[in-house]
Amino acid sequence: MNWNRLCAMARKEMIQIRRDARSIGIVIAMPIVMMFAFGYGVSFDTKHIPVYVYDQEKSQQSQDFVKRFQASVYFNVVKTVQSYPELVSAIDAGRCQIGLVVPPDFSKKLRSGQKVSVQAIFDGTDSNSASLGMSYTEAVAQAHSQQLQLAWLRGRGQGQPRLPVSVDARTWFNENLESMVTIVPGVVAMVMAVVGTFLTSLTVAREWERGTMEQLISTPVTPLEIMLGKLAPYVVIGLADTSLCAVMGVWWFGVPFRGHIWVFLLSTLLFLIVVLSLGYFFSVVAKTQLAASQVSLIATFLPAFLLSGFMYPIDQMPAVVRGITHVVPARYYMAILRNVFLKGSPVLTMWQDLLGLAIFAAVLGLAATRVFRKKLA
Amino acid sequence: MNGAAPAVVVRDLVKRFGDFVAVNNISLEARPGEIFGFLGPNGAGKSTTIRMLCGLLRPTSGQALVAGLDVAREPERVRQNIGYMSQKFSLYNDLKVIENLRFFAGMYSVPAAELKERIDWAIDMAGLAGREQLLTGTLAAGWKQRLALGCAVLHRPPIVFLDEPTSGVDPISRRLFWELIHRMADDGVTVFVTTHYMDEAEYCNRLVLIDRGRIVASGSPLELKEKSMAGDLLLVECDQVGKALEELQGAPGVTDAAIFGNALHLVVGSADQAIPQVQEFLAARGIAVTRIEKIRPTLEDVFVSLTSLNRNEGNRDEGDKRDKGDKTVGTVTGREKGQP
Ligand SMILES: Nc1ncnc2c1ncn2[C@@H]1O[C@H](COP(=O)(O)OP(=O)(O)O)[C@@H](O)[C@H]1O
Ligand SMILES: [Mg+2]
Repeated sequence: MNWNRLCAMARKEMIQIRRDARSIGIVIAMPIVMMFAFGYGVSFDTKHIPVYVYDQEKSQQSQDFVKRFQASVYFNVVKTVQSYPELVSAIDAGRCQIGLVVPPDFSKKLRSGQKVSVQAIFDGTDSNSASLGMSYTEAVAQAHSQQLQLAWLRGRGQGQPRLPVSVDARTWFNENLESMVTIVPGVVAMVMAVVGTFLTSLTVAREWERGTMEQLISTPVTPLEIMLGKLAPYVVIGLADTSLCAVMGVWWFGVPFRGHIWVFLLSTLLFLIVVLSLGYFFSVVAKTQLAASQVSLIATFLPAFLLSGFMYPIDQMPAVVRGITHVVPARYYMAILRNVFLKGSPVLTMWQDLLGLAIFAAVLGLAATRVFRKKLA
Repeated sequence: MNGAAPAVVVRDLVKRFGDFVAVNNISLEARPGEIFGFLGPNGAGKSTTIRMLCGLLRPTSGQALVAGLDVAREPERVRQNIGYMSQKFSLYNDLKVIENLRFFAGMYSVPAAELKERIDWAIDMAGLAGREQLLTGTLAAGWKQRLALGCAVLHRPPIVFLDEPTSGVDPISRRLFWELIHRMADDGVTVFVTTHYMDEAEYCNRLVLIDRGRIVASGSPLELKEKSMAGDLLLVECDQVGKALEELQGAPGVTDAAIFGNALHLVVGSADQAIPQVQEFLAARGIAVTRIEKIRPTLEDVFVSLTSLNRNEGNRDEGDKRDKGDKTVGTVTGREKGQP
């Protein structure tokens, strides 16, 4: 390994990235756009869900119940309507996502100790936010009935009433059910997949396409020097982009960062080795930029999106799919990142994920050093 | 010089692409400090040969020694000793002139102490002083080619391989480029150069003519002109050149006929006998001859008489995009002839 050649290679690659508008765009805009797209796309929709109310009773009790919704950050009681059809058309027109119908005998049934059913109609177009809305609604109703129950017990002179079972509505590590918190690690992994694999997949293929490879391999440079020189700038870029995402997540979206920074950097470095090696591998094998970039997106972006636990929780996947996730390196990285951001539990508890990532990094990194041949055909 | 070990030795070199034999059993030797011309029409196998010599393609069989090193066994040591300019321009267009030079200086590990001097030398040689900060892609073809040469010889290699270095370049740049080649050869560098321009072949110390992967002739330009043609060469100017060519092919006493520019060249047994015969022959077919005389053969004549061009077969090159639609050997010189 010749240090001169390695540096010359890396410097040249850096210059080319700097001069290529597309690369610069991806390097700078990609993390920011993805963070905002997922950050706002997800967290705002599940807060302040617009609700229309059809209160058929309009008693003190029914108003109290409706106020509970108004008080919650997850709901925004937009309007009170006077008829059922009005409610339905509001949902159809997308003016609200939830229609709440309070029956005319709400307070009467409550007084007589009967069970009251409140009807809630959900717009199921977006099943994700519908199910979130449903669970929030249930939680609010539950909290309200608990309070009524306590008041009722107190009224019957039972002293200091205690509930036999109390549902502590805290979701661990994600106290406020704010999806952004779970999303940041996912966005980081996806940005890495794109920046790492997609951009590097272009580098070698571009030299073949433009004919510069023929000149390059006529020099004494070694395949390893070519690889390391080409990837070095992307390691720097990858670390910078990951840090950018993390900083945005923490400062802008208020995501916690409870773990060690060095676990974050170490796992990021390992994941970078994985994605860069893959990109390099595709680039060498495909020899055209188009083919290389398409393969790299399919092979890294999609798994990072679908199978890493980002979109769908891994433990809710069918067994076969769950098995497949074990060969998706993003899965391990995502798990580590979630831990680092949200839990901050000791490093040793993550050894499996770190080991998984390290194995992929070693295998793919070594494989990448082998693929390139200084031959034309 | 003759006593020194050859710079390039090729023995029975063969390259097949599938069933297709691109280079068919070639053997040659280039001596140190000589300008070794490798001539042939498009698709003859010139680039393929040169790529094998630089270790970029693996020969199907045969052996190549460059600077005394076996290319197959020690490709990296060979690369330290050679400079290579590929047929297609292959510096980085999105790098500045100076950045390309620094990059290749890095690739060849030019020592820091020599770096500045070598880069200044290359800039001067390419005539690019004051243009160091220009993007390479914005340079005209002639400059690009000289810069590519500069980049290829930053490490002072004893042997350089130039694959059609002057194609697509204007005549003045071509002449400049050949001056550079001569200067390098004067400094003792072996220059192995391919071309399909016949006038350039005259600048070489020694030539090998290759056609369809086979060597068809070799020697100095003079030797080739003297020996390779059986008989005399006639120049015929007449009207209806196309028809005349058709008629003369197979006419009695005419071994060979080809179009050169807007005249015909005929190979005949003896000029004295053939001139009246041909005049009569053409007159009988209603073709008026305005001029007919014996001429000294040029390399082009030698070439045409030896290669497939003579047999009216087009170039068989399919893979090489850049040469597509480019001029074949015969027509090139036809056009270039009028130039000083
Ligand atoms: N990689 C390749 N695969 C298949 N055929 C090739 C390849 N490279 C060159 N050829 C063929 O080999 C022949 C010789 O090509 P080349 O050496 O480029 O000729 P030249 O440089 O003399 O024009 C051509 O017919 C070309 O189509
Ligand atoms: Mg060629």
